[in-house]
Amino acid sequence: MSAPRIVVTGMGWVTSLGYSVDSVWNRLMKSESGMAPITRFDARTFPTTFAAEVKKDYDFRTFLKDPALHASAGLNSQFALGAARQAWKQSGLDLSPPKNARRVGLYLGAGEGVLDFDNYAACMLKGWNDSTRTVDGVKWAAEALSRMDRLREIEQEPNMPLAHLAREFNARGPAYNCLTACAASTQAIGEAFSILRRGDADVMISGGTHSMIHPFGVTGFNRLTALSTFKGDPTMASRPFCFSRDGFVMGEGSGMVILESLDHATARGATPIAEVLGYGSSADAFRITDIQPDGRGAAVAMQHALTQAGIAADAIGSDGRPLIHYISAHGTGTKENDSIETRAVKRVFGALAKKIPMSSVKSMMGHLIAAAGAVEFMTCVLAIERGMLPPTRNLNDPDPDLDLDYVPNHARAAKVETCLSNSFGFGGQNDTLVVTRFKP
Amino acid sequence: MLRHNRRVVITGIGPIAAPGLGIDAIWSALLEGRSGVALCATYDSSGFSCPFVAQLPPGQFDVKQVVPKSYRKATKVMARDTELVVGGAAEAVHSAGIITKANEPVDGRVTIPVDRMGCHIGAGLIAAEETELTEALITSRTVDGRFDIGAWGVIGMQNLTPLWMLKYLPNMLACHVTICHDCQGPSNTITCGEASALLSIGESMRVIGRGHADACLSGGAESKVNLMAILRQYYAGRLAKVSALDDPTTIVRPFAANAKGSVAGEGGGLLVLEAAETAANRGAKVMAELVGFGASQSFCPDTIGAEPAADGEGISDAMLSALDDAGMKPDDIDAIVPFGCGAAAMDAAEATAIRRVFGGRAAKVPLVTISTITGSCGAGFGAVAASVAVQCLRTGMLPARVNGDASQGVDAGPIAARQANPKSILVCTPSLGGQNAAIILRGVS
Repeated sequence: MSAPRIVVTGMGWVTSLGYSVDSVWNRLMKSESGMAPITRFDARTFPTTFAAEVKKDYDFRTFLKDPALHASAGLNSQFALGAARQAWKQSGLDLSPPKNARRVGLYLGAGEGVLDFDNYAACMLKGWNDSTRTVDGVKWAAEALSRMDRLREIEQEPNMPLAHLAREFNARGPAYNCLTACAASTQAIGEAFSILRRGDADVMISGGTHSMIHPFGVTGFNRLTALSTFKGDPTMASRPFCFSRDGFVMGEGSGMVILESLDHATARGATPIAEVLGYGSSADAFRITDIQPDGRGAAVAMQHALTQAGIAADAIGSDGRPLIHYISAHGTGTKENDSIETRAVKRVFGALAKKIPMSSVKSMMGHLIAAAGAVEFMTCVLAIERGMLPPTRNLNDPDPDLDLDYVPNHARAAKVETCLSNSFGFGGQNDTLVVTRFKP
Repeated sequence: MLRHNRRVVITGIGPIAAPGLGIDAIWSALLEGRSGVALCATYDSSGFSCPFVAQLPPGQFDVKQVVPKSYRKATKVMARDTELVVGGAAEAVHSAGIITKANEPVDGRVTIPVDRMGCHIGAGLIAAEETELTEALITSRTVDGRFDIGAWGVIGMQNLTPLWMLKYLPNMLACHVTICHDCQGPSNTITCGEASALLSIGESMRVIGRGHADACLSGGAESKVNLMAILRQYYAGRLAKVSALDDPTTIVRPFAANAKGSVAGEGGGLLVLEAAETAANRGAKVMAELVGFGASQSFCPDTIGAEPAADGEGISDAMLSALDDAGMKPDDIDAIVPFGCGAAAMDAAEATAIRRVFGGRAAKVPLVTISTITGSCGAGFGAVAASVAVQCLRTGMLPARVNGDASQGVDAGPIAARQANPKSILVCTPSLGGQNAAIILRGVS
């Protein structure tokens, strides 16, 4: 028996560019940037002072029927609830609790919650003993118990967005959260697809949510020298594939999709938006900091996804084009990533690589870390649906060593049938999805 | 339904918990009914409601001894959770009799081709090492002792090692294991609290089943023996309320009417899962067959699952789903390794689930309670539990139980280790957050 076909029936996102599919897409089409000085904490003296924050007027409660159920929701869960509600609405799934709740599962790639940094730092300093140079556990505990909020602490567990979405949609099927750094939500969508293919659920809510725009997040990435420290207009800081690129810019938010077996979607009269064809995953097993310089691990993930999709990387379609019409790049804007990703794409597609447009929406909405893969998968689906390719913003000074078609600065009309979306995580995790126009 | 599954077997186990690294240390503690709970050796944790923890005695386990010489430098950037899982990986690989890159084979030959070797690891929220971090934070104090974020941005953060954050990403467990053993196949990091390790084992089973890998290192690890984790355990209502004068060995009381709560623990480990055909082709000694897996989400009245749903329905859903996957009935199960952490509400929900699934037999299916040695080790728990289940099947023994009782209508009362020759064992883990996972292991004759 062949595996069931898996379709996308709903999508939603919350990003620095807006909180609806259309508002974000329209701004991507205009090559707009969501970057601005950081407001979530006082970052004025940090090496990096800007990010692509979700604007303060975002209120997740406006998406919900019963916001009281989620009164304690941390930032990640707030983003996830808004995005998932949009996706659920588009899918047309019943708003009452599904009769078959056990056939509705979740697979998220959500990040850990935002640390209560001010109180945390205060507890550490209070507990510190200057003579023994250790933290006194008893003093620390007294301070922590008086300062730290119970629910805010519990909400930091990385499975909390999962708990909130499960409660919101009464989903009681298989439920997972994976946290493979920047590859997490691509992997989540791939695994959700695999669960549906095996018949272990009928509907999966999948995607990612994350914010690392907090003092430890910026500190950690600054110490790794992974963030742009551009001195100037923040909207010019994220420069994937540009010669002068100097690191990524943090974004935050969520992307959520509803995946369903085609049979289930058809039976309830839903309109599929796109079909997921393939998923590939590999580990570099190389170094904790660097990616395989030859792009081998990334190429393996792409190759596996193409094989599952039944697409030959070197084949030409009847229109004379390669069978992949657009690649949503991981494209972080670090020196290393963009070079190696380019190498990996060439490794897979050979001479055809230059004929496949590949852009990075991180140039506009920043790097959503664990949630990046989900919003980038969504841009692929929208490219198919709307016949437009999102640009790579700020590509004014091309890197002579990077010679693919990165769709510089302006969105482009194109007939798009099939796309590939790549995500690569710190620690050597590589994941790729292949998605295509739905044809009955 | 598509079930063109390859059969999956267990060929190696590498658990780690308070009694030590490897099944022998853990098994002998369980047979003798020895507790793993003692005063915390790393902190004075009496500022919380419980000064006791379940941790490996300091100095007993040195991660540098279990990695190849060429990788010793990397141990500097391993958090405790990573150390535990790297230890478990070495032990699992050794017990499976496979050669990986970590064995530094002179001819470079490894047992499983590197691109056919996967890795699925459950991980928790890794806490920053307090001393290392605070040494940096104190460089940014105002004269009155408060934290000065302006000073931190300019200079304070420079006191952290550049790789500081990489210690604390949950996927660093899988990262170090895949590098050490050169596993280039599918890999994932699951973060669903206590359900994480069994969810990882289930994912490995599916990945091998659909032919995307021939073998996987699978399990999880977590240390909750740190200030932040103990605080969160307390806030979640799990931490025992006792004094330093109490007898540490009687604090954790799985399923007991007079349960006091749980203690923070550290542990986990990995198992080697292999396609049955791969194991047979290399003449491996098969320890058990993994015949069923099920996962579910509980309906949580409080949304976040800190208060478990009393009906335990999500937990029984996972058990029933695993039975269905295995093509088995509850009557086919000879023993259960439950979570049984000793926190009353959690244990009650789990017992309700067991009663729902096993009906009239619930009071007679022996439970193997291990939280007296593991404490609450979060994402690592399922790996210890699965390893213990494998050992029960291999030896035909069921270990001793201490501190529990039969008040919940399940077989959890005190008993000595005994020969019972179980054929099939169910392992189940609920989680804070409401995710549940269950697996079924069957012995091989």
